[in-house]
Amino acid sequence: MDTYTDTRVDTHTDTRTDTYSVFAPNLMNQVENFAQGHRACQGCAEALAVRHVLKALGDDIVIGNATGCMEIVSSPLPLTAWRVPWIHVAFENAAAVASGMAAGLKVLRRKGRIPDKRVISIGMAGDGGTSDIGLQALSGALERQHEDFIYVCFDNEAYMNTGIQRSSSTPFGATTTTSPSGKKSQGQSTWKKDMPKIAAAHNIPYVATACSSYPFDLQEKIRKAVDSGGPAYIHCLSVCPTGWRIPSHLSIKYGKLAVQTGIFPLYEVEDGVYRMKKKNAKRRPVTEYFKGQGRFRHLTEDDIQSIQERVDAEYEKLLKLTEM
Amino acid sequence: MSNRIGMEVSLMVSEAVKQAKVDVIAAYPITPQTHIVEHLSELVADGELDAEYICVESEHSAMSACCGSSAVGARTYTATASQGLQLMSEVLYAAAPMRLPIVLTVANRTLSAPLTIWNDHSDIMANRDCGWIMVFVEDGQEDYDQTICAFRIAEDRRVLLPVIVNMDGFILSHVIEPYVPVGQEEVDGFLPPYDPLYTMHPDNPVTMGAFAMPELFTETKKAHEVALHESYNVICEIWEEWGKLTGRTYTPVEEYRTDDADTVFVTMGSFSGVVMETVDEMRENGINVGLVKIRLFRPFPVDDVISTLRKFKNVLVIDRTLSLGSIGGPLAVEIKSVMYNADAKPNIFDFIAGLSGRDVPPDQIAGIYHTAMDALKMGRWENYYMVGLRE
Repeated sequence: MDTYTDTRVDTHTDTRTDTYSVFAPNLMNQVENFAQGHRACQGCAEALAVRHVLKALGDDIVIGNATGCMEIVSSPLPLTAWRVPWIHVAFENAAAVASGMAAGLKVLRRKGRIPDKRVISIGMAGDGGTSDIGLQALSGALERQHEDFIYVCFDNEAYMNTGIQRSSSTPFGATTTTSPSGKKSQGQSTWKKDMPKIAAAHNIPYVATACSSYPFDLQEKIRKAVDSGGPAYIHCLSVCPTGWRIPSHLSIKYGKLAVQTGIFPLYEVEDGVYRMKKKNAKRRPVTEYFKGQGRFRHLTEDDIQSIQERVDAEYEKLLKLTEM
Repeated sequence: MSNRIGMEVSLMVSEAVKQAKVDVIAAYPITPQTHIVEHLSELVADGELDAEYICVESEHSAMSACCGSSAVGARTYTATASQGLQLMSEVLYAAAPMRLPIVLTVANRTLSAPLTIWNDHSDIMANRDCGWIMVFVEDGQEDYDQTICAFRIAEDRRVLLPVIVNMDGFILSHVIEPYVPVGQEEVDGFLPPYDPLYTMHPDNPVTMGAFAMPELFTETKKAHEVALHESYNVICEIWEEWGKLTGRTYTPVEEYRTDDADTVFVTMGSFSGVVMETVDEMRENGINVGLVKIRLFRPFPVDDVISTLRKFKNVLVIDRTLSLGSIGGPLAVEIKSVMYNADAKPNIFDFIAGLSGRDVPPDQIAGIYHTAMDALKMGRWENYYMVGLRE
């Protein structure tokens, strides 16, 4: 059996207390608003991410969920995995539904028809429902600057719910059922769409990237999003063992490797200011991240070299942004 | 009771929405419904209407936002037309089975291509199976009345279904007509604040819009269908109550000068005015024709249609769109299928008229009658005739 030691990922040094304001497990919300018994695949890091996000959000929320893995696994009639108000309308409109909820709650509070307490409207979608078909609705919602509005993209880097088709969030070189590697193709031919920067370009108070392999960081960022007043955008890398062709017990490992190699850097944009809590000067080589992932197994050394160069260049650009 | 006021019909609709005290309006501009949402945004801006106005970036998001706001318990309104309704279409189908009582005004307009902004019913007929209650209005007064009634119908706990009020674009939306507004106190008495059965609030969490396996889906569709058909009685009851309040009573199917008629025209929407005028003229010339007006299109008033049309020899349906590849216009197709089970079967003719707002003057309506009579004499007729077609 593959273990963490084999891949040199050191969980202890990665979650040092000095970099996080919330660390001790006993400070975590004990309430599970995303109930056990949902039908996600084994090792689904998206389900894990949803669980952490809900822990950080608390009870006073309403959720508009796009069509996708999370909607399907969590709401088969007559069952539900949601202990908070939750609605699914369609694939491309989670942001619009959530903005309607935000407006409705605002006016009903103003008119005294519901209790006068703050309720956060959450839009949730996968990478397809966010960076492809849902981009217009998301852009509209962010542009309108809704208060108490948070949008979370759970990015598993392809249309996993429909059978691993590529999205604009699929990384360069990954093979999917619609970007297969072949004699004349090395898989996905374009670079991952930079959704967090697109969200930040709307001049909203808070944008962050996160990963469920770093649960305290994820929860802290969700709380910051709540505190920002909104709108806020969280882009959460959510490892998909099925689509990434990895054993289901390695989800956490690959999430960490995505961060440690600099392929998926964790950063925040607070009122337009870029911040990285943990700058990673000595990044692991991208080969370590690709190794063992079936979706990258066809890559040649040259492919990996060019990806490494691109990752380094992007990381340096991001570092410069954080120094401005 | 207030006095008669002259006003553009679109603005009458906005005034009705204001008097309904909606909580949320989410809208995107599209001709010819723009005047409605423009006036509503003014009313919100001036503080005359205490509502959240969401300027969404598309009609798809307009209806999506409406679903969100209605789900949290807010009285919700939007308006659209044509391509905008098509863009909303996906969400229309989601809103109805979730039993969200949204009210939508459609200023009916032709679907592209070729691009055209004028009126016919191709937009709404492309969405006729979306599970909403659908009403067609003839004039401004009716549009105002039906808009207020629509909220009452939609939110009635025996109904809880969204309502579309169809008005002909330009032909009705942009004309100035007299209307008699109802006092705010009377509207308040008729339409209490929306008291939802379930809402999205953390104090009492619910899941809405879950997914269904094939084992359950058929049952959910049947439940929706039953609710839609059972709304018929509530609609009639509410229209009657409105009649007691205002003196203007509405029924799902209406007749005009049919007492001694052998032949009747059947219309929906603003066609009815010109047909009534034609009926009057023809009667002066000794031709005893009448008019049957379908006001409620969904749920289709099957029993009313049968009991009304079985009395006549000839039924001349005037459709405002063509169901391409079918056997005529959608209204005639429905009427033919309904009358199949009737004990007395009239001759049913179908005429497609007024596409893309083309004018249909009284002499063409009279021409419809003569075309049908000629066909009767010859003993055979086409599935449908296109009125005023240049060939």
